[in-house]
Amino acid sequence: MSERQKARIATVWLDGCSGCHMSFLDLDEKLLDVLAQADLVYSPLVDYKEFPENVDVTLVEGAVSSLEDLEKIKLIRARTKILVSLGDCAVMANVPSMRNPFGARAVLERAYLENVTLHPQIPQQVIPPLLKRVRPVHQVVKVDVFVPGCPPSAATIGYVVNELLAGRIPDITDKTRFGA
Amino acid sequence: MKAPLQVTVLQIDGREISAHADQTILQVALENNIWIPTLCHLEGLSDIGACRLCLVEIQGIAKLQPACATRVREGMQVVTRSARLDKYRQSIIELLFAERNHICSVCVVNGHCDLQYLARKLGIEHVHFPYMYPNLPVDASHERFALDQNRCILCTRCVRVCSEVEGAHTWDIKGSGIQSRVITDFDQPWGEAESCTSCGKCVNVCPTGALFQKGKSVAEMAKQRGFLPYLTMMREEETK
Repeated sequence: MSERQKARIATVWLDGCSGCHMSFLDLDEKLLDVLAQADLVYSPLVDYKEFPENVDVTLVEGAVSSLEDLEKIKLIRARTKILVSLGDCAVMANVPSMRNPFGARAVLERAYLENVTLHPQIPQQVIPPLLKRVRPVHQVVKVDVFVPGCPPSAATIGYVVNELLAGRIPDITDKTRFGA
Repeated sequence: MKAPLQVTVLQIDGREISAHADQTILQVALENNIWIPTLCHLEGLSDIGACRLCLVEIQGIAKLQPACATRVREGMQVVTRSARLDKYRQSIIELLFAERNHICSVCVVNGHCDLQYLARKLGIEHVHFPYMYPNLPVDASHERFALDQNRCILCTRCVRVCSEVEGAHTWDIKGSGIQSRVITDFDQPWGEAESCTSCGKCVNVCPTGALFQKGKSVAEMAKQRGFLPYLTMMREEETK
Protein backbone atom coordinates (compact mmCIF):
# COMPACT_ATOMS: atom_id res chain seq x y z
CA MET A 1 0.00 0.00 0.00
CA SER A 2 1.45 3.37 -0.98
CA GLU A 3 1.64 6.26 1.50
CA ARG A 4 -1.10 8.12 -0.36
CA GLN A 5 -3.66 5.37 0.23
CA LYS A 6 -3.17 5.31 3.99
CA ALA A 7 -6.27 6.04 6.03
CA ARG A 8 -6.33 9.27 8.00
CA ILE A 9 -7.27 8.78 11.65
CA ALA A 10 -7.54 11.25 14.51
CA THR A 11 -8.24 11.13 18.23
CA VAL A 12 -9.64 13.95 20.33
CA TRP A 13 -9.90 14.54 24.06
CA LEU A 14 -12.95 16.48 25.30
CA ASP A 15 -14.21 16.29 28.91
CA GLY A 16 -12.68 13.01 30.07
CA CYS A 17 -9.80 11.82 32.21
CA SER A 18 -7.55 10.70 29.28
CA GLY A 19 -8.06 7.09 30.40
CA CYS A 20 -9.39 6.14 26.97
CA HIS A 21 -6.24 7.53 25.36
CA MET A 22 -4.16 5.59 27.91
CA SER A 23 -6.08 2.46 26.96
CA PHE A 24 -5.43 3.23 23.27
CA LEU A 25 -1.70 3.50 24.08
CA ASP A 26 -1.96 0.13 25.83
CA LEU A 27 -2.16 -1.39 22.35
CA ASP A 28 1.64 -1.18 22.73
CA GLU A 29 3.44 -2.82 19.79
CA LYS A 30 0.10 -3.30 17.99
CA LEU A 31 0.07 0.48 17.53
CA LEU A 32 2.77 -0.11 14.90
CA ASP A 33 0.33 -2.27 12.90
CA VAL A 34 -2.28 0.50 13.13
CA LEU A 35 0.23 3.12 12.02
CA ALA A 36 1.30 0.90 9.11
CA GLN A 37 -2.25 1.26 7.78
CA ALA A 38 -3.08 4.79 8.85
CA ASP A 39 -1.65 8.21 9.59
CA LEU A 40 -2.49 9.82 12.93
CA VAL A 41 -3.32 13.27 11.59
CA TYR A 42 -4.56 14.88 14.82
CA SER A 43 -4.40 13.76 18.46
CA PRO A 44 -3.28 14.87 21.94
CA LEU A 45 -0.47 12.38 21.25
CA VAL A 46 0.88 14.33 18.24
CA ASP A 47 1.56 18.00 17.67
CA TYR A 48 -0.85 19.18 14.97
CA LYS A 49 -2.60 22.34 16.17
CA GLU A 50 -5.61 22.43 13.88
CA PHE A 51 -8.04 19.64 13.11
CA PRO A 52 -7.47 18.82 9.42
CA GLU A 53 -9.91 18.19 6.54
CA ASN A 54 -10.82 14.75 5.18
CA VAL A 55 -10.31 12.56 8.23
CA ASP A 56 -11.53 8.98 7.77
CA VAL A 57 -11.97 8.00 11.42
CA THR A 58 -11.98 10.13 14.57
CA LEU A 59 -12.06 8.56 18.03
CA VAL A 60 -13.67 10.97 20.50
CA GLU A 61 -12.88 10.63 24.20
CA GLY A 62 -14.91 12.71 26.64
CA ALA A 63 -18.26 14.43 27.00
CA VAL A 64 -19.24 17.83 25.65
CA SER A 65 -18.91 20.15 28.67
CA SER A 66 -17.66 23.56 27.53
CA LEU A 67 -18.18 25.99 24.70
CA GLU A 68 -14.76 24.94 23.41
CA ASP A 69 -15.82 21.25 23.36
CA LEU A 70 -18.98 22.21 21.49
CA GLU A 71 -17.16 24.19 18.79
CA LYS A 72 -14.46 21.52 18.46
CA ILE A 73 -16.86 18.62 18.02
CA LYS A 74 -18.92 20.44 15.38
CA LEU A 75 -15.77 21.14 13.34
CA ILE A 76 -14.56 17.56 13.84
CA ARG A 77 -17.90 16.15 12.73
CA ALA A 78 -17.84 18.28 9.59
CA ARG A 79 -14.35 17.03 8.74
CA THR A 80 -14.72 13.34 9.67
CA LYS A 81 -16.27 10.43 7.76
CA ILE A 82 -16.73 8.02 10.69
CA LEU A 83 -17.06 9.53 14.15
CA VAL A 84 -16.54 7.12 17.06
CA SER A 85 -17.76 7.85 20.60
CA LEU A 86 -14.98 6.20 22.58
CA GLY A 87 -15.66 5.41 26.23
CA ASP A 88 -18.46 6.18 28.67
CA CYS A 89 -17.88 9.96 28.83
CA ALA A 90 -18.43 10.30 25.08
CA VAL A 91 -21.20 7.66 25.03
CA MET A 92 -23.21 8.61 28.15
CA ALA A 93 -21.47 11.70 29.61
CA ASN A 94 -20.47 9.54 32.61
CA VAL A 95 -18.64 11.26 35.52
CA PRO A 96 -18.56 14.76 33.92
CA SER A 97 -22.39 14.65 33.82
CA MET A 98 -22.54 14.30 37.61
CA ARG A 99 -22.63 18.11 37.80
CA ASN A 100 -25.82 18.27 35.73
CA PRO A 101 -28.27 17.81 38.62
CA PHE A 102 -26.89 20.87 40.47
CA GLY A 103 -25.49 23.00 37.63
CA ALA A 104 -22.25 24.53 36.34
CA ARG A 105 -22.31 27.54 38.65
CA ALA A 106 -22.08 25.34 41.75
CA VAL A 107 -19.01 23.59 40.32
CA LEU A 108 -17.24 26.88 39.59
CA GLU A 109 -18.07 28.25 43.03
CA ARG A 110 -16.74 25.14 44.74
CA ALA A 111 -13.52 25.14 42.69
CA TYR A 112 -12.71 28.85 42.53
CA LEU A 113 -14.45 30.46 45.54
CA GLU A 114 -15.26 28.08 48.40
CA ASN A 115 -11.96 26.22 48.44
CA VAL A 116 -9.69 29.17 47.65
CA THR A 117 -8.14 31.40 50.33
CA LEU A 118 -6.06 33.76 48.16
CA HIS A 119 -8.02 36.07 45.78
CA PRO A 120 -10.98 33.81 45.18
CA GLN A 121 -12.50 34.61 41.79
CA ILE A 122 -14.12 32.73 38.93
CA PRO A 123 -11.85 33.07 35.87
CA GLN A 124 -13.28 35.01 32.94
CA GLN A 125 -10.41 34.26 30.52
CA VAL A 126 -8.41 31.21 29.37
CA ILE A 127 -10.85 28.73 30.97
CA PRO A 128 -13.60 28.07 28.40
CA PRO A 129 -17.15 28.79 29.63
CA LEU A 130 -18.96 25.69 30.89
CA LEU A 131 -22.20 24.66 29.18
CA LYS A 132 -25.29 24.51 31.35
CA ARG A 133 -25.39 20.75 30.96
CA VAL A 134 -22.77 18.18 30.04
CA ARG A 135 -23.93 16.07 27.07
CA PRO A 136 -22.92 12.81 25.47
CA VAL A 137 -21.43 13.43 22.01
CA HIS A 138 -24.40 11.96 20.09
CA GLN A 139 -26.76 14.52 21.61
CA VAL A 140 -24.71 17.27 19.96
CA VAL A 141 -23.58 15.79 16.61
CA LYS A 142 -24.27 12.56 14.71
CA VAL A 143 -22.15 9.64 15.92
CA ASP A 144 -21.50 6.59 13.75
CA VAL A 145 -19.98 4.06 16.19
CA PHE A 146 -20.39 3.72 19.97
CA VAL A 147 -17.77 2.04 22.15
CA PRO A 148 -18.80 2.17 25.83
CA GLY A 149 -16.42 1.32 28.66
CA CYS A 150 -14.53 3.22 31.34
CA PRO A 151 -12.16 2.86 29.63
CA PRO A 152 -12.79 0.35 26.84
CA SER A 153 -9.97 -2.21 26.99
CA ALA A 154 -7.01 -1.93 24.63
CA ALA A 155 -8.22 -5.14 22.97
CA THR A 156 -11.64 -3.56 22.32
CA ILE A 157 -10.11 -0.37 20.92
CA GLY A 158 -7.73 -2.42 18.75
CA TYR A 159 -10.65 -4.45 17.41
CA VAL A 160 -12.68 -1.30 16.66
CA VAL A 161 -9.82 0.48 14.88
CA ASN A 162 -8.86 -2.59 12.84
CA GLU A 163 -12.47 -3.24 11.78
CA LEU A 164 -12.88 0.39 10.72
CA LEU A 165 -9.57 0.33 8.81
CA ALA A 166 -10.80 -2.82 7.05
CA GLY A 167 -13.92 -0.93 5.98
CA ARG A 168 -16.31 -2.66 8.37
CA ILE A 169 -18.50 -1.22 11.13
CA PRO A 170 -17.51 -3.08 14.32
CA ASP A 171 -20.06 -4.90 16.49
CA ILE A 172 -18.90 -4.32 20.06
CA THR A 173 -21.90 -5.63 22.01
CA ASP A 174 -20.12 -8.76 23.23
CA LYS A 175 -16.81 -6.95 23.87
CA THR A 176 -17.59 -4.08 26.23
CA ARG A 177 -20.40 -2.43 28.22
CA PHE A 178 -21.25 0.69 30.22
CA GLY A 179 -18.77 0.94 33.10
CA ALA A 180 -16.49 -1.85 31.75
CA MET B 1 -58.07 -32.56 49.00
CA LYS B 2 -56.23 -30.64 46.35
CA ALA B 3 -57.53 -30.87 42.81
CA PRO B 4 -55.17 -32.78 40.49
CA LEU B 5 -52.97 -30.47 38.43
CA GLN B 6 -54.16 -29.96 34.92
CA VAL B 7 -51.64 -30.31 32.16
CA THR B 8 -51.69 -27.81 29.34
CA VAL B 9 -49.85 -27.93 26.03
CA LEU B 10 -48.69 -24.71 24.44
CA GLN B 11 -46.13 -23.50 21.93
CA ILE B 12 -43.27 -21.17 22.81
CA ASP B 13 -41.20 -19.99 19.87
CA GLY B 14 -42.56 -22.88 17.84
CA ARG B 15 -41.66 -25.52 20.46
CA GLU B 16 -44.43 -27.76 21.84
CA ILE B 17 -44.22 -27.53 25.61
CA SER B 18 -46.36 -29.07 28.35
CA ALA B 19 -47.01 -27.12 31.52
CA HIS B 20 -49.20 -27.04 34.59
CA ALA B 21 -52.31 -24.96 34.01
CA ASP B 22 -51.49 -22.66 36.96
CA GLN B 23 -48.04 -21.70 35.69
CA THR B 24 -47.11 -18.39 34.09
CA ILE B 25 -45.54 -18.15 30.65
CA LEU B 26 -42.33 -16.96 32.32
CA GLN B 27 -42.16 -19.97 34.66
CA VAL B 28 -42.65 -22.39 31.79
CA ALA B 29 -40.12 -20.59 29.61
CA LEU B 30 -37.47 -20.63 32.36
CA GLU B 31 -38.07 -24.34 33.01
CA ASN B 32 -37.45 -24.98 29.32
CA ASN B 33 -34.31 -22.84 29.07
CA ILE B 34 -36.02 -20.12 27.04
CA TRP B 35 -34.63 -16.78 28.13
CA ILE B 36 -36.99 -13.86 28.63
CA PRO B 37 -35.51 -10.64 30.07
CA THR B 38 -36.91 -9.58 33.47
CA LEU B 39 -36.21 -6.87 36.02
CA CYS B 40 -39.04 -6.59 38.53
CA HIS B 41 -39.49 -10.38 38.64
CA LEU B 42 -37.48 -12.28 41.23
CA GLU B 43 -38.02 -15.91 42.15
CA GLY B 44 -39.53 -16.03 45.63
CA LEU B 45 -41.47 -12.74 45.30
CA SER B 46 -44.93 -12.07 43.90
CA ASP B 47 -45.08 -10.96 40.27
CA ILE B 48 -46.50 -7.55 39.42
CA GLY B 49 -45.74 -7.10 35.70
CA ALA B 50 -44.36 -3.62 36.33
CA CYS B 51 -41.15 -3.39 34.33
CA ARG B 52 -42.70 -4.72 31.06
CA LEU B 53 -39.41 -6.27 29.97
CA CYS B 54 -40.92 -9.75 29.81
CA LEU B 55 -43.60 -8.71 27.31
CA VAL B 56 -44.28 -11.46 24.77
CA GLU B 57 -46.42 -11.82 21.68
CA ILE B 58 -49.39 -14.18 21.93
CA GLN B 59 -51.12 -15.20 18.73
CA GLY B 60 -54.64 -13.84 18.54
CA ILE B 61 -54.02 -11.05 21.06
CA ALA B 62 -53.04 -7.68 19.58
CA LYS B 63 -51.54 -6.32 22.82
CA LEU B 64 -48.25 -7.61 24.17
CA GLN B 65 -48.61 -9.47 27.47
CA PRO B 66 -46.19 -9.69 30.42
CA ALA B 67 -44.93 -13.28 30.63
CA CYS B 68 -44.56 -13.07 34.43
CA ALA B 69 -48.22 -12.23 34.98
CA THR B 70 -49.92 -14.26 32.23
CA ARG B 71 -50.99 -17.84 32.85
CA VAL B 72 -50.55 -20.47 30.16
CA ARG B 73 -53.59 -21.69 28.23
CA GLU B 74 -54.18 -24.75 26.09
CA GLY B 75 -53.02 -24.19 22.53
CA MET B 76 -51.45 -20.80 23.30
CA GLN B 77 -48.79 -19.72 20.81
CA VAL B 78 -46.16 -17.50 22.39
CA VAL B 79 -43.30 -15.64 20.71
CA THR B 80 -40.53 -14.47 23.07
CA ARG B 81 -38.12 -12.93 20.54
CA SER B 82 -38.95 -10.66 17.61
CA ALA B 83 -37.75 -7.38 16.17
CA ARG B 84 -40.79 -5.67 17.71
CA LEU B 85 -40.11 -7.11 21.19
CA ASP B 86 -36.39 -6.29 20.95
CA LYS B 87 -37.26 -2.68 20.15
CA TYR B 88 -39.65 -2.37 23.12
CA ARG B 89 -37.21 -4.01 25.52
CA GLN B 90 -34.31 -1.83 24.40
CA SER B 91 -36.46 1.28 24.76
CA ILE B 92 -37.48 0.28 28.30
CA ILE B 93 -33.87 -0.16 29.38
CA GLU B 94 -32.79 3.06 27.69
CA LEU B 95 -35.62 4.99 29.36
CA LEU B 96 -34.52 3.63 32.75
CA PHE B 97 -30.99 4.88 32.09
CA ALA B 98 -32.28 8.29 30.95
CA GLU B 99 -34.69 8.77 33.87
CA ARG B 100 -32.11 8.83 36.71
CA ASN B 101 -28.35 9.12 37.10
CA HIS B 102 -26.81 5.74 36.39
CA ILE B 103 -23.07 6.33 36.32
CA CYS B 104 -21.88 2.71 35.99
CA SER B 105 -18.17 3.50 36.16
CA VAL B 106 -18.41 4.81 39.73
CA CYS B 107 -21.32 2.65 40.93
CA VAL B 108 -21.03 0.35 43.90
CA VAL B 109 -22.50 -2.56 41.86
CA ASN B 110 -20.55 -2.00 38.63
CA GLY B 111 -20.21 -5.45 37.10
CA HIS B 112 -22.94 -6.96 39.33
CA CYS B 113 -25.93 -4.91 38.16
CA ASP B 114 -29.07 -6.32 36.51
CA LEU B 115 -29.71 -3.09 34.57
CA GLN B 116 -26.14 -2.98 33.23
CA TYR B 117 -26.28 -6.69 32.39
CA LEU B 118 -29.53 -6.34 30.47
CA ALA B 119 -28.24 -3.32 28.54
CA ARG B 120 -25.36 -5.42 27.29
CA LYS B 121 -27.47 -8.53 26.69
CA LEU B 122 -29.99 -6.53 24.65
CA GLY B 123 -27.22 -4.93 22.57
CA ILE B 124 -27.59 -1.38 23.87
CA GLU B 125 -24.41 0.65 23.35
CA HIS B 126 -25.93 4.09 23.78
CA VAL B 127 -29.14 5.72 24.97
CA HIS B 128 -31.21 7.43 22.27
CA PHE B 129 -33.32 9.46 24.70
CA PRO B 130 -32.16 12.72 26.29
CA TYR B 131 -31.07 12.20 29.90
CA MET B 132 -33.18 13.80 32.65
CA TYR B 133 -30.35 14.37 35.21
CA PRO B 134 -32.74 14.75 38.18
CA ASN B 135 -31.33 16.08 41.44
CA LEU B 136 -31.88 13.16 43.81
CA PRO B 137 -30.86 12.50 47.40
CA VAL B 138 -28.86 9.69 49.00
CA ASP B 139 -30.20 8.49 52.36
CA ALA B 140 -27.27 7.21 54.43
CA SER B 141 -29.02 7.55 57.79
CA HIS B 142 -29.22 3.79 58.37
CA GLU B 143 -26.39 2.31 60.39
CA ARG B 144 -25.45 -0.40 57.89
CA PHE B 145 -27.16 0.38 54.58
CA ALA B 146 -27.75 3.29 52.22
CA LEU B 147 -30.34 4.27 49.62
CA ASP B 148 -29.19 6.08 46.48
CA GLN B 149 -32.28 7.36 44.63
CA ASN B 150 -30.06 8.10 41.60
CA ARG B 151 -29.87 4.38 40.86
CA CYS B 152 -33.44 3.30 41.69
CA ILE B 153 -35.51 1.88 38.82
CA LEU B 154 -38.74 1.48 40.87
CA CYS B 155 -38.93 -2.29 40.40
CA THR B 156 -40.35 -2.55 43.97
CA ARG B 157 -38.42 -5.72 44.76
CA CYS B 158 -37.46 -4.06 48.08
CA VAL B 159 -41.10 -3.25 48.85
CA ARG B 160 -42.20 -6.81 48.11
CA VAL B 161 -39.42 -8.66 49.93
CA CYS B 162 -39.90 -6.48 53.01
CA SER B 163 -43.66 -7.00 53.02
CA GLU B 164 -43.95 -10.58 51.76
CA VAL B 165 -40.87 -12.27 53.20
CA GLU B 166 -39.65 -10.21 56.14
CA GLY B 167 -43.18 -9.13 57.12
CA ALA B 168 -42.07 -5.63 58.12
CA HIS B 169 -43.36 -3.53 55.21
CA THR B 170 -40.86 -0.76 55.91
CA TRP B 171 -40.60 0.08 52.20
CA ASP B 172 -43.27 1.63 50.04
CA ILE B 173 -43.67 4.00 47.10
CA LYS B 174 -44.75 7.63 47.20
CA GLY B 175 -45.73 9.84 44.26
CA SER B 176 -46.55 8.66 40.77
CA GLY B 177 -44.95 8.47 37.32
CA ILE B 178 -41.39 9.74 37.21
CA GLN B 179 -41.97 11.47 40.56
CA SER B 180 -42.29 8.06 42.26
CA ARG B 181 -39.79 7.37 45.03
CA VAL B 182 -39.16 4.42 47.31
CA ILE B 183 -39.62 5.47 50.93
CA THR B 184 -39.20 3.98 54.40
CA ASP B 185 -41.86 4.35 57.12
CA PHE B 186 -44.05 7.20 55.85
CA ASP B 187 -41.07 8.92 54.21
CA GLN B 188 -38.91 9.08 57.33
CA PRO B 189 -35.11 8.73 57.02
CA TRP B 190 -34.26 5.03 56.83
CA GLY B 191 -32.21 5.24 60.02
CA GLU B 192 -35.30 6.44 61.90
CA ALA B 193 -37.69 3.88 60.39
CA GLU B 194 -38.83 1.93 63.45
CA SER B 195 -40.37 -0.92 61.46
CA CYS B 196 -37.01 -1.77 59.79
CA THR B 197 -35.45 -4.92 61.24
CA SER B 198 -32.10 -4.24 59.48
CA CYS B 199 -32.29 -7.72 57.92
CA GLY B 200 -30.78 -6.52 54.63
CA LYS B 201 -33.12 -8.49 52.36
CA CYS B 202 -34.05 -5.34 50.44
CA VAL B 203 -30.39 -4.60 49.79
CA ASN B 204 -29.77 -8.06 48.39
CA VAL B 205 -32.80 -8.18 46.09
CA CYS B 206 -32.22 -4.67 44.68
CA PRO B 207 -31.17 -5.10 41.02
CA THR B 208 -29.00 -1.97 40.92
CA GLY B 209 -26.84 0.14 43.22
CA ALA B 210 -29.91 1.89 44.71
CA LEU B 211 -29.64 -0.13 47.93
CA PHE B 212 -26.19 -1.06 49.15
CA GLN B 213 -24.15 -1.94 52.17
CA LYS B 214 -22.12 0.88 53.65
CA GLY B 215 -18.34 0.56 53.34
CA LYS B 216 -18.50 -0.94 49.84
CA SER B 217 -16.68 0.99 47.15
CA VAL B 218 -16.97 0.99 43.34
CA ALA B 219 -17.84 -2.47 41.97
CA GLU B 220 -17.47 -4.07 45.42
CA MET B 221 -21.14 -4.78 46.13
CA ALA B 222 -22.35 -8.15 44.83
CA LYS B 223 -25.91 -9.02 45.82
CA GLN B 224 -26.62 -12.37 47.51
CA ARG B 225 -29.99 -13.71 46.36
CA GLY B 226 -29.70 -17.43 47.06
CA PHE B 227 -31.61 -17.12 50.33
CA LEU B 228 -34.88 -16.10 48.72
CA PRO B 229 -36.13 -19.19 46.84
CA TYR B 230 -34.79 -21.29 49.71
CA LEU B 231 -36.72 -19.32 52.35
CA THR B 232 -39.90 -19.43 50.28
CA MET B 233 -39.56 -23.16 49.70
CA MET B 234 -39.03 -23.90 53.40
CA ARG B 235 -42.05 -21.84 54.38
CA GLU B 236 -44.21 -23.61 51.81
CA GLU B 237 -43.04 -26.93 53.27
CA GLU B 238 -44.04 -25.79 56.76
CA THR B 239 -47.55 -24.73 55.77
CA LYS B 240 -48.32 -27.99 53.94
